[in-house]
Amino acid sequence: MKLNSPLQVYKYLPQINCAECGDATCMAFAAHLIDRSKKLEDCPPLLKDEFKKKYIELQTLLAPEIRQITIGVGEHARKIGGDDVLYRHQLTFFNPTAFAYDVWDTMQESELVERINKIQNFKKFYVGKFLRVNMVAVRCVSGDALKFAGTVKKVSETTGLPLVLCSFDPAALKAALEVVKDKNPLIYAATEKNWGEVAELAMNYKVPVALFSPDLDKLKSLAATFNEMGIKDLVLDPGTYPQGKQLKETFERFVKLRRAGIKEGQKDIAYPLMAVPLGAWLIYKDAVTASYWETVLASVFIVRYADVMMLHSLEPYAMLPEVHLRDTIYTDPRTPVKVAPGVNEVGSPTKDSPVIVTTNFALTYYTVESDLSSNKINCYLAAVDTDGIGVEAAVAGGQLTAAKIKDTFQKANFDFKEKTTHSTLILPGLAARLQGDVEDATGLRIMIGPPDSGRIPGWMEKNWPPKPK
Amino acid sequence: MTKKIKLSELGSLFGGLDIQALEGVKIEGDVEIDLGQLGFNPQMAYALGHETAQVAFHLLNISRILGYPVDQMLGGQAAAPKRLSKLIESKFSVGKMEEWKTPIQEVVLGATSSDGGSRKSTVTLGGENSLPYYFDSPMPHRNYVTMDVFDMPINMAKAVKSNYEDVINSPAEWAKKVVRDFGADMVTIHLISTDPNIKDTSPADAAKTVEEVLQAVDVPIVIGGSGNPEKDPAVLEKAAEVAEGERCLLASASLNLDYARIAEAAKKYNHVVLSWTQLEINAQKELNRKLMKQCGVARENILMDPTTAALGYGLDYAYTNMERIRLAGLTGDAELNFPMSSGTTNAWGAREAWMVSSPLKEDSDWGPREYRGPIWEIITGLTLSLAGNDLFMMMHPGAVNVLKEITQTLYGSKETEPLNIDNWVSAVL
Ligand code: SF4
Repeated sequence: MKLNSPLQVYKYLPQINCAECGDATCMAFAAHLIDRSKKLEDCPPLLKDEFKKKYIELQTLLAPEIRQITIGVGEHARKIGGDDVLYRHQLTFFNPTAFAYDVWDTMQESELVERINKIQNFKKFYVGKFLRVNMVAVRCVSGDALKFAGTVKKVSETTGLPLVLCSFDPAALKAALEVVKDKNPLIYAATEKNWGEVAELAMNYKVPVALFSPDLDKLKSLAATFNEMGIKDLVLDPGTYPQGKQLKETFERFVKLRRAGIKEGQKDIAYPLMAVPLGAWLIYKDAVTASYWETVLASVFIVRYADVMMLHSLEPYAMLPEVHLRDTIYTDPRTPVKVAPGVNEVGSPTKDSPVIVTTNFALTYYTVESDLSSNKINCYLAAVDTDGIGVEAAVAGGQLTAAKIKDTFQKANFDFKEKTTHSTLILPGLAARLQGDVEDATGLRIMIGPPDSGRIPGWMEKNWPPKPK
Repeated sequence: MTKKIKLSELGSLFGGLDIQALEGVKIEGDVEIDLGQLGFNPQMAYALGHETAQVAFHLLNISRILGYPVDQMLGGQAAAPKRLSKLIESKFSVGKMEEWKTPIQEVVLGATSSDGGSRKSTVTLGGENSLPYYFDSPMPHRNYVTMDVFDMPINMAKAVKSNYEDVINSPAEWAKKVVRDFGADMVTIHLISTDPNIKDTSPADAAKTVEEVLQAVDVPIVIGGSGNPEKDPAVLEKAAEVAEGERCLLASASLNLDYARIAEAAKKYNHVVLSWTQLEINAQKELNRKLMKQCGVARENILMDPTTAALGYGLDYAYTNMERIRLAGLTGDAELNFPMSSGTTNAWGAREAWMVSSPLKEDSDWGPREYRGPIWEIITGLTLSLAGNDLFMMMHPGAVNVLKEITQTLYGSKETEPLNIDNWVSAVL
């Protein structure tokens, strides 16, 4: 965006501090516009006629450097692009890379439906939500426009996920568009050869369109030409070569395009980028090797700037790391990741099992939890609400206190007399200095665990069950 | 890009193009105008045709100055979509990062006989002038992998363990195997049995293991303690002594143990110190500063381990921490411009890497774990390689193989036959 301080934004706001936006002052609201946690439309006065000019000006000034476009319709519609920074710590990345999985028009119908269901039903639980994949890319392999359109029809009847229609033949794209014209699919792709006809389709059907050329001069020429024709919902595919020097150059193209778009403000190429890790299957025929290499390619381009990618492997060992890495890169670094406070069971605890305390900082919590479960330690694990801060810092900062610990068990209705035979609580080693306070506050026996949850198994061997008083 | 032309030259630029929209506009005089400094008006471009648009825009500006009613003339034409019959030929270019002025320190691990050691080869890390694999400046050295060897049998994920069953009781054989069979560039000997809570092996006995490993292989080695802050300084001191002159990496000095003793051992016996902090850039600065200023460790003897968290278990912190450290180093922070090392083996702590199946019934099937573990290690390492990590401490041979393949491809040392991808859309996979 062109503005970078709340003060600059403030100048365009109504400056009446009416608080309708939920912020006490226009200045506070301005700060939210800068960090992109609120939208212009959250300020009702700004939408009135008298501020229309400022509103329109702000729209331009606050627009992200990389154009944001939408593919698909309804609840599954997916936004891509919209980034403003080159490194996630500078703000955050927006709109996680959309994963489009391919199907093709020579598949048997039953096979097709099965594959689509695998794509749309995939889910992986992670920190309170499910990670999923997002789109279906239909490839025209037959070369037959009617057959392609038929497959696209079947796909759109089977799933509400956004579609990518893939063919370099404008006639095939047109036939498919006729079938799904109200679904806002992405069409792939315009090239140096077919661009005129594909542009015509993008204009007539008002759909986003991908431009493909590994030659950045050509790619920029295509983008400038489409832009000139008024087609602005563009995705750039600079070609993903799966190996060797060509892969190195592919990596460089992604870096160059994004740097030009964000750092140099080159509007001509400031569009979402597409990577095609699926190309791994062009060089490896063995499914495991191809899936591994596809995952490797996907990872490189999740980190470096792909906004949408074409994938083929539905193997869990490919999909799991891919969805996790995308979450890794797109998680907002400004907000610590938290888990819900409470007392959770790890394994199947009995009355003799230990009760262990940690914080609700997701990283700490999941580390402790996996250390316990991987060592088959049945226990209760309490996540104390420390605002998502780790143990050591929370003790120092006063977010982890005896009162908070007591509160956690009370809110969870966890009665030590009823749930345990030992009325004992284990504090993390890094919270040892809270021992006396917690003893006083809870009346429980307090033991101090190791400073690293990785040492809990050894600690347990020596210290559990607790010796009778 | 600024190009100056005379108004009188404009006519020739319009040659053969549709300039109907300019009918009625006459330009007189010979005013010099500046191309490329003023903005670009899409409506104007629309009206005039792209190839003349930029020139015409300035022409119109001038016309406006000269009093011609160009705005009226252009009004009302923006609605109909525009068709072009020719591509707007454009050139793409982008600048290099001028602010990356400070190179990362070069650090050599291992010493050959000419330098007072007994290694056949050495490993040089660092020296970068840009983020890894960027076009701004080629990376001077590739990434390296050091493979883990333990001084006693330990718990390992099944997929890892199956590779080491025959050598699990002999650190020397284990070390030989990773170099000979698995392509390890280096070997890390972890002296975990020295932990008082494990076997409490004495520093002297642990040092014997180090000597055995040095004799078994001729690559540079990393000497790791048990992670026990009370015991490690004594263990690493003794190990450093028996490995004198070999330029081993001593792992690690940290803020929660007596780092000065480890620094002293490195200086006295010619080794490199691994400066280890936990996901905190300021702590990393502090420790590096202390090692340099307070302990007098030379810059070329410091490597950093800013901590590796596994994919799904804090990799976001580890990644960003490393990327920030590397960017700070490149832009001139002399307390952070050191090469980095990653305990990539930590990836195996992720339950996705080792658990038979998901503990949650809502999850889609996790598939066979034999394939999940290695890829978890690969992706954890690869992600950090993109943030600037130089050296990888790893465990699974397959993971090492793939990580080396991709990092060396991006580094530029993998040659293959050129492939045509133009028809990927219709490929039968
Ligand atoms: S709603 Fe608008 S005018 Fe009212 S306080 Fe918020 S920003 Fe200011």
